[in-house]
Amino acid sequence: MEDDAPVIYGLEFQARALTPQTAETDAIRFLVGTQSLRYDNQIHIIDFDDENNIINKNVLLHQVGEIWHISTSPADKGVLATCYNKTSDTKVMTCAAVWRMPKELESGSHESPDDSSSNTQTLELLCHLDNTAHGNMACVMWEPMGDGKKIISLADNNILLWDLQESSAKAVLSSSAALEGKGQLKFTSGRWSPHHNCTQIATANDTTVRGWDTRSMRQIYCIENAHGQLVRDLDFNPNKQYYLASCGDDCKVKFWDTRNVTDPVKTLEEHSHWVWNVRYNHSHDQLILTGSSDSRVILSNMVSISSEPFGHMVDDDELSDQEDQHQEEKIKEPLQDSVIATYEEHEDSVYAVEWSSADPWLFASLSYDGRLVINRVPRALKYHILL
Amino acid sequence: MAAVTAGNGAGSGAGGSPEGTGGSTGGGGWRRPHGPLQRHYGPSTAEAAEAPPDPTDINGPHFDPEVFMNKVRSECPLGQLLAREAALGREIRALDSDMQTLLYENYNKFISATDTIRKMKVDFRHMEAEMDDLAANMAAISASSARVSAALQDRHRRGAQLAGVQALLRKLQALVEVPGRLRRWAGTEPARALRCHARARAVLRHYRHLPSFRAIEDESHAIMAELAQRLRTRLREEKLDPKELTECVEMLLQLEEPAEELSEEFLSQAGTRLEAELAALEAELPAADPSGVATTPPPPASDILDFVDRGSSAFVGTLCQLAGSYRALFGEDTGRLEPFAATLAARYFALLERRLALERGLGDTSLLVRALDRFHRRLRTLLELLPAGADAAATLVARAARERVDRYLRALQTFFLGCLGDVRQALAAPRPPGKEGPGLPDLLATLAASVLGQLKAVLAYVQLFTARDVAFASLPYFKGEFCVTAVREGLVVAFVRWLCRTARGFADGPAERGAPAAPPALLLLLARLCLDYENSTISYILTLTDEQFPPQDSGPAVTPGPALCAEARAAAQRLLDHYVQVQGAAVAQMLRKSVETRDWLGTVEPRNVRAVMKRVVEDITAIDVQVGQLFEEGVRRAQSSDSSRRAFSVYSSSRAPGRYAPSYTPSAPMDTHLLSNIQKLFSERIDIFSPVEFNKVSVLTGIIKISLKTLLECVRLRTLGRFGLQQVQVDGHYLQLYLWRFASDERVVQGLLDEVAASAAHRCLDPVPMEHSVVELICERG
Repeated sequence: MEDDAPVIYGLEFQARALTPQTAETDAIRFLVGTQSLRYDNQIHIIDFDDENNIINKNVLLHQVGEIWHISTSPADKGVLATCYNKTSDTKVMTCAAVWRMPKELESGSHESPDDSSSNTQTLELLCHLDNTAHGNMACVMWEPMGDGKKIISLADNNILLWDLQESSAKAVLSSSAALEGKGQLKFTSGRWSPHHNCTQIATANDTTVRGWDTRSMRQIYCIENAHGQLVRDLDFNPNKQYYLASCGDDCKVKFWDTRNVTDPVKTLEEHSHWVWNVRYNHSHDQLILTGSSDSRVILSNMVSISSEPFGHMVDDDELSDQEDQHQEEKIKEPLQDSVIATYEEHEDSVYAVEWSSADPWLFASLSYDGRLVINRVPRALKYHILL
Repeated sequence: MAAVTAGNGAGSGAGGSPEGTGGSTGGGGWRRPHGPLQRHYGPSTAEAAEAPPDPTDINGPHFDPEVFMNKVRSECPLGQLLAREAALGREIRALDSDMQTLLYENYNKFISATDTIRKMKVDFRHMEAEMDDLAANMAAISASSARVSAALQDRHRRGAQLAGVQALLRKLQALVEVPGRLRRWAGTEPARALRCHARARAVLRHYRHLPSFRAIEDESHAIMAELAQRLRTRLREEKLDPKELTECVEMLLQLEEPAEELSEEFLSQAGTRLEAELAALEAELPAADPSGVATTPPPPASDILDFVDRGSSAFVGTLCQLAGSYRALFGEDTGRLEPFAATLAARYFALLERRLALERGLGDTSLLVRALDRFHRRLRTLLELLPAGADAAATLVARAARERVDRYLRALQTFFLGCLGDVRQALAAPRPPGKEGPGLPDLLATLAASVLGQLKAVLAYVQLFTARDVAFASLPYFKGEFCVTAVREGLVVAFVRWLCRTARGFADGPAERGAPAAPPALLLLLARLCLDYENSTISYILTLTDEQFPPQDSGPAVTPGPALCAEARAAAQRLLDHYVQVQGAAVAQMLRKSVETRDWLGTVEPRNVRAVMKRVVEDITAIDVQVGQLFEEGVRRAQSSDSSRRAFSVYSSSRAPGRYAPSYTPSAPMDTHLLSNIQKLFSERIDIFSPVEFNKVSVLTGIIKISLKTLLECVRLRTLGRFGLQQVQVDGHYLQLYLWRFASDERVVQGLLDEVAASAAHRCLDPVPMEHSVVELICERG
């Protein structure tokens, strides 16, 4: 295998929050938020130079508290939202806010890393998402492919839909829904579906996955006992509108067709501990990335339930004759679901994995000890999918 | 003598010509018979032929007196000549006397012959006269005889005529009586009437041009027609038993009714009768339910053996009899009979099959076997007539046997499920305090023994099908395929497979989605059961089966034992893993809830180990006991046994190498990470949900790993105050105290607890650890 070796970047602090810069489609850039109770927290902007295999970093101070979740605007490269812990002596409160990074960092900077670390810059606060009445913020979701004006946050058992006005300087709660039921219900995570005109979201609380319509703020489907234990994360198939992946504490990754929620379409059981993150590749939805507290990242090829179950459709003419013949045969043989690779570069629990928004063959994973690893899809598989 | 005679002749010739002439006359007549003599003495002739003609040889045929004389005269001296002359003279004299003797003899004979002839002449003359007399007498006799016969002839002819008339009259008498007799017998003894008619028929036909005969013939015809009519009516209407039917048709045949039509009638009549028998059989069966098996039909009135018995004696017997008669009546052409019999036999089979289908329960297999056996035996006679039915019958028997085996399989499965139900009940039954319920080993032993016993019993039942005294056991199906496909594969292997599948089902199946999950103890029990199957039971069962049902060498392929064992082992592994997961999840859930619901910031200084930790230890101890009942201890990695008293190393300054060392000085967090990472480089990665081995230690280690890892992850999600950290510290030490002994490698426990402590310290706003002595004190007190 002449695959490029993984690139590893270490943060000083523990970290859980990772996101690609969604609005950026040229440069490979990830944002990482740190967790430290005793020091100023940071947001690291990681630029990856694919050609030279070099990482450039910029550090932004995030002084309000440790970051539990981070997400970036799909429209404005400079805008991001974080969920952070505000701690007082007796109380911990998770809040959310929308920020803008300094202009020169939006598209990356080529300052030397030493400089940037010495004079760290600060985020500009755009607005708070006022959650005093709603409880702890679990995550903030931007409307996919939107104009960056609509966000949804999950706070304890509430779904809050915000309108960002006055160039994001003001967040107005436009509608909300509360999940009622026995006991203390708490959303753990959610995703905004890119389908149906972005009118659906899915949320996870305890072992249940629920779908909501953002127009009426009503529940549209409910997968009871989706996992044996807590559901940790969800993701929508970007190319198949009813397909949803979920993962949780039962070490499983399940794929659902939301039209028929009684049984999963498929179940993966590759991890040996809780699965914290599951992500579909944005372009090739057979590629599934999962991160787990067994310190592993697994890349799976779920061809059978992808939008390209028979491989990429290519006319034979398009393949030049010199193209090796066996490659062609490979395409035609039936494709099977399989684990492509298990990445073991992490030493601690992996709480976040993300595909790059710019390069569909590249992904980053972040473990609790602050290690960020950037990996690529194996080249053989890449050509297999492309050709 | 001849030579002498010839010499004599020559001598005479030489002696003088007159003598020679006289000699030639007499010599010629005398010499002629001598020719053959000479020829007889072939060699002399040959010599003569060889030697050149010697004219000097006095006895030779070419004797020339001149040459002889010249030669004698020129060659011989005088003395010799004289001597010669004297010798010749002697010879000539001797010859002369011989001739005279002969002449006399001949003459005497001639004379006596002449006398005889003369005498004969006289006798013949007498005889001629007597013959003439005889001829005259004979003529007289014949004349008178002719007269006598002429006189008697007339009378004789009249006598003969009278006798003829007498016979004729008798015959006529019989003929005249025919209609009467026919009439008399037609009613009571049609067979006799028929014989009578058959005798009279030809004559009547011959003389039908005579009006009186015609009248008789017509009359008898009418009677016979009536008889035929009556027979036909009888044939059509009455219920005849097969013998009567045969007689009836036979008579009709004699009446020259068309055979074609009759055979049809015969078959239809036979059909009616057989249908009736079938109907009688069918009446015993409950009405076919068109809507399916909506209601359970009441149990049949009679048992299967009885049914088959009646069926074979009534239906099969009749069918055989009728088929035999048909052949006798209508010849060997069975073109019509075969389809007829085949249809009926098929209906009979169908009925029997329906009856067999009623044998829902397990009933008495020996009864079924006997019934099938009888069926098969009885059918054999029929099959000689109907070779086409053999396959159908064999298939029927085979199917019934197969059906029964399938039913046994289902019964076994039901039995097993019942046993499982009992076990579940025993596990779930509330136990009065102080009184232990049946232990897991007892339950396992009971379950395994009863299942095995049941299986053996079933095998014994099924073996009846292949018993030596059962006729159909010699069918090739029962010798080969039945043993292998039905019993070994279809029953034994299928059951073991099903058992493994069912057991696995408890692990794979409904645990997550709704349905009541199996109690963990049951999982454990089943895991052990499957393991036992893999270890010994499967091979035992298969050996037993192969002994009782020896497989054919060329038979279909069989599932090898190892494959089954592998299945059982996989099931056992799956169950045990599932057990670990379930138990681990239960403990983990407890820990998670306890961490999530507590306010770690505002908590007060710890005085006690939290109750949940005690509960965890209790639960794990209980699990240890539970697992220990069924599984071996397993290997523990040797280490200091004294670790319970060891300091909780995270907080001690002097530490064993290879331990993670968080520092709580508010200085460099970087160092902590560095240390942590370096440590991890050298420690093994711990797989939390990983397959376990079949022993207690491994199982317990799995459960503890799952629990502690959960604790770790949960603590990481919280923010702790100082006392929160101290509480975690206390809890951790408590767990360390009580859990190490369960794990295969206490370093695993230690490592995970260290990580918990380190993470708690990280998540603490004011990380001031508690004094170790205080921690120990609290733990010992708690």
